[in-house]
Amino acid sequence: MKKIVILGAGTAGTMVANHLTRLMDLNEWQITIVDEDPIHYYQAGYIFVPFGKATEKQLMKQKKNYLPSKVRMLQTKIELIQPENNKVILQDKTVLDYDFLVIATGCDIYPEETPGLGEHEWGKSIHSFYTLKTAVALEEKIRNFQGGRIVVNVVENPIKCPVAPMEFLMLSDAYFTQKGIRDRVELIYATPNSGAFTKPVASQLIGDILDRKNIKVEEDFYVERADPDAKKIISYDERELEYDLLVSIPVNKGADVIGKSGLGDDLNFSPVNKSTFLSDKFANIFVLGDAANVPTSKAGSVAHYAVDLFGENFKRYTEGKELEEKFDGHANCFIESGYGKGVLLDFNYEQEPLPGRFPVPGIGPFALLQESPLNHIGKLSFEWMYWNILMRGRKVPLAPTMSMAGKWTNWEKRFNIA
Amino acid sequence: MATKVLAGVTVEVNEEGFLVNPSDWTKEIAAELAKEEGIAELTEAHWKVIDFSRQSAGTTGAAPTLRGITSGSGVNTKELFSLFPKGPAKKVAKIAGLGKPEGCV
Repeated sequence: MKKIVILGAGTAGTMVANHLTRLMDLNEWQITIVDEDPIHYYQAGYIFVPFGKATEKQLMKQKKNYLPSKVRMLQTKIELIQPENNKVILQDKTVLDYDFLVIATGCDIYPEETPGLGEHEWGKSIHSFYTLKTAVALEEKIRNFQGGRIVVNVVENPIKCPVAPMEFLMLSDAYFTQKGIRDRVELIYATPNSGAFTKPVASQLIGDILDRKNIKVEEDFYVERADPDAKKIISYDERELEYDLLVSIPVNKGADVIGKSGLGDDLNFSPVNKSTFLSDKFANIFVLGDAANVPTSKAGSVAHYAVDLFGENFKRYTEGKELEEKFDGHANCFIESGYGKGVLLDFNYEQEPLPGRFPVPGIGPFALLQESPLNHIGKLSFEWMYWNILMRGRKVPLAPTMSMAGKWTNWEKRFNIA
Repeated sequence: MATKVLAGVTVEVNEEGFLVNPSDWTKEIAAELAKEEGIAELTEAHWKVIDFSRQSAGTTGAAPTLRGITSGSGVNTKELFSLFPKGPAKKVAKIAGLGKPEGCV
């Protein structure tokens, strides 16, 4: 038997396991997946938790229920990868040999990377929502917040789901307005980017939406340290920003085991070919999902489009054929903007997000880069799709590569701002 | 694609003012791009960072990130911010004639 080992049974790993079980001849191939955590978290739901719109329990399912029965699941920590010997060492001293390794170990937050952040005020005046635990803790803080300044700060890019910080601010605006205390709450977005988003058109259009909601953007804010006692964050160019509540998106890094095994960059993200996911260093290692250093959003939608293309391509590769350079960095992001509305972005490596309609040109039903109630419904229905289609390895009737059809390249004219 | 005259040479630039063709880059163009970014004069310390970034891009094919610059050039983050105020990674990339650093999505 030839062996495929998948490291990580989160969004990307689970999809890979399902696709490969369907595609590969299981009389020839044995598929093993390793993950230390038995719970599969619906991470796209974290954003709703601080506002009491999703509970902890709703977002947790058993990983094993989403893995094919023919895949061997090992619940233990991954100690080390030895790529030169095609081996993975597990914490319980088990050694797994592989012919092909798929790394899908994701990324996580590291508050300890920024002085003052993950110290005695963590969980008190400094919060996050990038893990289920932190999102739950923040819910209580938001519920009891009586007024003051909330600063949302992205420490460094890249981060998982780059639009989530803005969603958090827009949902805060709606939450505190409905509570009747919006006039007592100041909302500030401190970002290392030179605008709301990195790409010009989205930055301008999302910037306008933030402006309408009275959310201030502190641009080019690269935080050096937090002063937890004085309740302020200080940037490298010595700007100081005081807060009553700091909602931090700490440094995001790949898994420690990636760095330890010599497969990571400065942030433990693993360098790969951005169209095929083949490791730059080893011809039998692929890296999918957030663990890869590809220059697109770290998000479930990206992992889904990527895995859709990866399955067949991988099969060809195991038959001795060349990999096709197919993946274009395609990403969709549903951004919750409050009051039952949402904004949708659709983009790839080359093409920045533009306004328009998606997926059917001219019709939609989703509006790109504009607020609409249907976009919000799209976000909510995505949860059902996630568990019942994506995690089962079924095909979604959407092309995995991006299409320019339906995007308005003359959007200034349409919006009368030319 | 827009064109622009920099140091007497007509070059192609993208909508954010980054050079489209890295081969158009000269030290004179760098000095002019620096002025656009509010840096009146490029000192030896600036050049250390610019040279490192061009070298790094030559091997990796992309402009280095902030972390890449600090760990590779020996210039620490604080110095980097005083040399290239506000977004140093982006400013260095622009002045060095490289594309916008990847990974900022």
